[in-house]
Amino acid sequence: MTPLIVAVMPIGLVFGAVAAAKGLTPAEVTLMSALVFAGGSQFVAMDIWTHPASWAALGFSALLVNIRHVLMSASIGAKLEGFSGPARYASMLLLADEIWAMAEMRASNAKLTPAWYAGLAVPFYCAWVLTSLTGAMVGALLGDPKVIGLDFAFPAVFIILVMGFWKGRETGAVLAASACAAVVTHQLLPGVWYIAAGAAAGVVVAMLSGGRKEAHA
Amino acid sequence: MSVDLNTFLAILAMAVATIATRIGGLVLIRYVTIGENQKRALEAIPPAVLMAVIAPTALVTGPAETIAAAATAVAATRLPLLASVAIGVISVALLRQVFGGAW
Repeated sequence: MTPLIVAVMPIGLVFGAVAAAKGLTPAEVTLMSALVFAGGSQFVAMDIWTHPASWAALGFSALLVNIRHVLMSASIGAKLEGFSGPARYASMLLLADEIWAMAEMRASNAKLTPAWYAGLAVPFYCAWVLTSLTGAMVGALLGDPKVIGLDFAFPAVFIILVMGFWKGRETGAVLAASACAAVVTHQLLPGVWYIAAGAAAGVVVAMLSGGRKEAHA
Repeated sequence: MSVDLNTFLAILAMAVATIATRIGGLVLIRYVTIGENQKRALEAIPPAVLMAVIAPTALVTGPAETIAAAATAVAATRLPLLASVAIGVISVALLRQVFGGAW
């Protein structure tokens, strides 16, 4: 899964650099990446960071940004037949968006094994923590990440993963509903409600179009 | 290498919240049976969530992001992941020069 790791590296560097600019020490940046390990919520935390830090505000925003993980772990959790009880819970601790999307894709044509999952998730986790630390230390040298487009690496990976889920017209309807709901909610409400709104709209459309399924490639 | 106490507590709160969401789904499926409808809903979640995450960036940030998102999507249909990411990153950087950013 080298491409995934190479894709996460610039994001880790950018996160470290952004956090250092917010006044976090390299030790604090490393601790956050190691314990939280959820890029989206870590970037959101930097947006609302205060000194001293407010644990209630940051904890709540992490909960909102990561609420999608409940759906993801429910979805992938049903495909972990080959895992022992403890291995199931341990594997969920490393459930990042990219790990989950890759695992879903794998599960669609093979049985998931703990070894395969660890081979995917552990190097990805290490790359995230180490590049965050590196970014925090050399952040100043990177300059503005926007100039070289590095901030777009994260959305680009997601776009590619979305394309991997394409199964025909029904997927198109789900994606269109999700995009519309997310954009409208994003314009109207602050925070990260747009993710919940997009997910809900996509699921509703999938349920409504449930009458006619089959015939997927 | 120092860690401020308030920062440590904030990181801990974020970690607890995130772990709760990651374990939450596993706990949920122990109590809810997955029928045909639930299965269809669960299958729609992956693309729907991913689309929701990227939609504001791809559609309402500016022309550079929208065009780069389209280029990335087209690239993804025939190129490996890393090459497609590179196309997205390079095209957004160039297009931001063209459109002068800030919309």
